[in-house]
Amino acid sequence: MASMKDIKQRKSSIQSTQQITKAMKLVSTVKLQKARTRAENANPFFQHVYKTVSTILAKSENITHPYLKSGESDRIAVVVITSNRGLAGGYNSNIVKLITESGLPKDKIDVYAIGGKGRDSLTHKGYTVVSDDSPVMEAPTYTDAKEICDKVLDSFAKGEIGEIYLAYAHFKNTVVNVPTLMRLLPVEVDEEDVQESKVEAPMGFEPNEEEVLDMVIPKYVTSLFYGALIDAVASENGARMQAMDSATSNAEEMISDLSLKYNRARQGAITQELTEIIAGAQAIS
Amino acid sequence: MADEKNLFDIEIICPDRVFHTGRAYMVEFNTTEGEIGVYKNHVPITTVLSPGVVTITDGNDQKTVAAVHSGFASVLQDKVTLLAEIAEWPDEIDVQRAEAAKQRAEKRLSEHAEDLDVLRAEVALKKALVRLDIKK
Repeated sequence: MASMKDIKQRKSSIQSTQQITKAMKLVSTVKLQKARTRAENANPFFQHVYKTVSTILAKSENITHPYLKSGESDRIAVVVITSNRGLAGGYNSNIVKLITESGLPKDKIDVYAIGGKGRDSLTHKGYTVVSDDSPVMEAPTYTDAKEICDKVLDSFAKGEIGEIYLAYAHFKNTVVNVPTLMRLLPVEVDEEDVQESKVEAPMGFEPNEEEVLDMVIPKYVTSLFYGALIDAVASENGARMQAMDSATSNAEEMISDLSLKYNRARQGAITQELTEIIAGAQAIS
Repeated sequence: MADEKNLFDIEIICPDRVFHTGRAYMVEFNTTEGEIGVYKNHVPITTVLSPGVVTITDGNDQKTVAAVHSGFASVLQDKVTLLAEIAEWPDEIDVQRAEAAKQRAEKRLSEHAEDLDVLRAEVALKKALVRLDIKK
């Protein structure tokens, strides 16, 4: 049986770890709430941009626009949004797994990393990481999303990449996030949404459809990026909150187990001492 | 005083907030094709915004102004939606900063440096001018 001192030491070490996990849980809870509010505020803009894009596409089936068809290059850009910090359960590894198991050819992928964890593990797995915007994850803004978007669209326009994908964890609720891989370019919208917009009144475009598309699609991609960044922050904190919650309760369990062991050891020590004293007293008399 | 039946919904939406929603009698804003004014029952149209002042006239002939930079507008018969990357009320504008930005942009444009991004400097100048304009 471990000595009383050892058990005590172990117990206090677990206790201080528990304090840390508890604090981290509280911090993620607050951050999650903030991220959720931001996600809610960002939603109307995205909805409108999406609606405009599907309206244009519904009206103009015969439009040829570079953004609507795959580029000539066979390189595929994947923008991977993960976190910069760990201790968030399976959050980061789920996204990495999503890419490794996506069926996209590994040697054709150019990774645009946002978030250090994803960048490191994809580099380790032998993917080509062409750009890294990890600091953005600390507090993503629309301007950040725009810069990344410009960079990716620029490569697309130059013909360096033929398709653009986005991988991130979609925030469903506090306990569930869904790793999502979606194609951004060439643009695809839900057939249903296109049909729906067809029914509405005919819409004019100024100066013309092409130029409006030229303007709207980068905004559409940017707002998707922005939405995904905010969603990812919410998912990250949700995942961390959960991970820290279970860590705290695991610590609780270990502590009660150790308390029991400690008490037993103390009892054992007292019994032993008594036996020794009695034995000693008998020996004298 | 405009009739209730001549009013339409106006929404100005930014990426991080819903900037303004309300009813309006007329909206004027700047597009790449020039300034337009929209009344109710306008022909449905989607158009690209250029930096400028948006003037919303409500049913009581009260005018509200805001600065809007870059985005697009979709006009339906009974609803106008402006999707702007940046939108500001006059009291949110920092005059000193706008003034400094204006001077910086003007300086860049007048210097004709070789690596000058003319378009970017022009956009910056335009934004600064709109901000200063609305404060007056």
